[in-house]
Amino acid sequence: MAFFSIENIAIKGIAAAVPKQELSNWDYDFLTEQERKMLIKTIGVEKRRVVKDTGVTTLDLGKAAAEKLLQETNTAKEDIQILVFVSQTPDYYLPASSIILQDRLGLSKTCMAFDINLGCSGYVYGLSAISSLMSISKIKKGLLITGDISSQGAPREDKSVYPLFGDAATATLIEYEEGHEKTNFSLQSNGAGYEAIIVREGGMRKPLTRESFDIVEKEKGISRAPRNLELNGMEVFNFSVTEVPKNVDEFFNLTHTNPDSYDYFVMHQANLLMNETIRKKLKFPAEKVPYTLSKYGNTSSASIPLTIVSELRNKVSAPLSFLLAGFGVGLSWGTVSLKTSNLVCPEIIEM
Amino acid sequence: MEIGEFIQKFEAEFEDIPKGTVKPSTKISDIEGWGSMHALIVVALADTEYGVTIKGEELKKVQSVQELFDLITRKKAEQ
Repeated sequence: MAFFSIENIAIKGIAAAVPKQELSNWDYDFLTEQERKMLIKTIGVEKRRVVKDTGVTTLDLGKAAAEKLLQETNTAKEDIQILVFVSQTPDYYLPASSIILQDRLGLSKTCMAFDINLGCSGYVYGLSAISSLMSISKIKKGLLITGDISSQGAPREDKSVYPLFGDAATATLIEYEEGHEKTNFSLQSNGAGYEAIIVREGGMRKPLTRESFDIVEKEKGISRAPRNLELNGMEVFNFSVTEVPKNVDEFFNLTHTNPDSYDYFVMHQANLLMNETIRKKLKFPAEKVPYTLSKYGNTSSASIPLTIVSELRNKVSAPLSFLLAGFGVGLSWGTVSLKTSNLVCPEIIEM
Repeated sequence: MEIGEFIQKFEAEFEDIPKGTVKPSTKISDIEGWGSMHALIVVALADTEYGVTIKGEELKKVQSVQELFDLITRKKAEQ
């Protein structure tokens, strides 16, 4: 089992950037008023931020978040020696966005940089990768950038995807700090569920053709092209409410902790019914579980840090104990516990 | 588990379904405004109240409330 602890690593700050353009699901007139009401109540998403036709990419949002974070934490650019970019909406097939960002951010050429291709579990996985490398190498400072512009893959005629996703990216500053309390991880994967959330065409298995762009009705209210994001809501729901509580319960056993041990349990913002089912199964009181679904929707690997910045930024100067859980596309899921104090969370950037 | 109790729980999940209108013979697809969100809520109900996982394709085959109740009862017994 991929359960492990990493020593001497501390999160110092988190910043988030979202597009200015806001869409409201109350205006989503592809559905009837009754359907809209039901949808918003169930998935919990009222508003979303979308890049739409602005040309802004995940990389741009991540860059803005990183710059703000470096500034607010008084971090010298040359001190950043590792940059990890987690996204499934990179600028290019190749090269990796992390490397472009090394230059755009004005970081040193001595900085290592690489991408990780993960979605909803990406923040937890990304933290595990950067923390492990920094702990072993004793690299002093690193940046983890996570996010997606998932709205770009969703046609308005697909009610199973379109109203769910928002765009965002975040930056997290990580430092090597001798004696900082251990960060614990439990990471899992199940590729048998790879079709539950998938973009079928455009990769090497099924390269793009003219037909990849043809929007076809699959069932009532669900029309999409093969290059669009496809989501099997029921399957993802069953996976999440089964595997996430199981993983977290096992995590509690291995770390000898329980919901009382944590100040906040921040989950990937998938959908309200799903997240609330998980919360209740784990017996976390509602006041320990912040949400941003109503404001920003599902923002993939940005959702956990975005929720911390949006909902907890006025509380993070105190010492806090966090439990974070990411889960989704892959299927891939993981839990991390970490402690912070004097966490710097600048206001959310809009661009 | 009694079907009456199940129907009460079923009706309690949906604000938009008038209480006391659902019968064992009610065809699920005939319930006014029934859609994918309702289906998701039924799956959540089965999970939280009965500890049973209903798959999408299983739910699609279910026609009446009685059949839904039978599916959950059968799955619960198999555990």
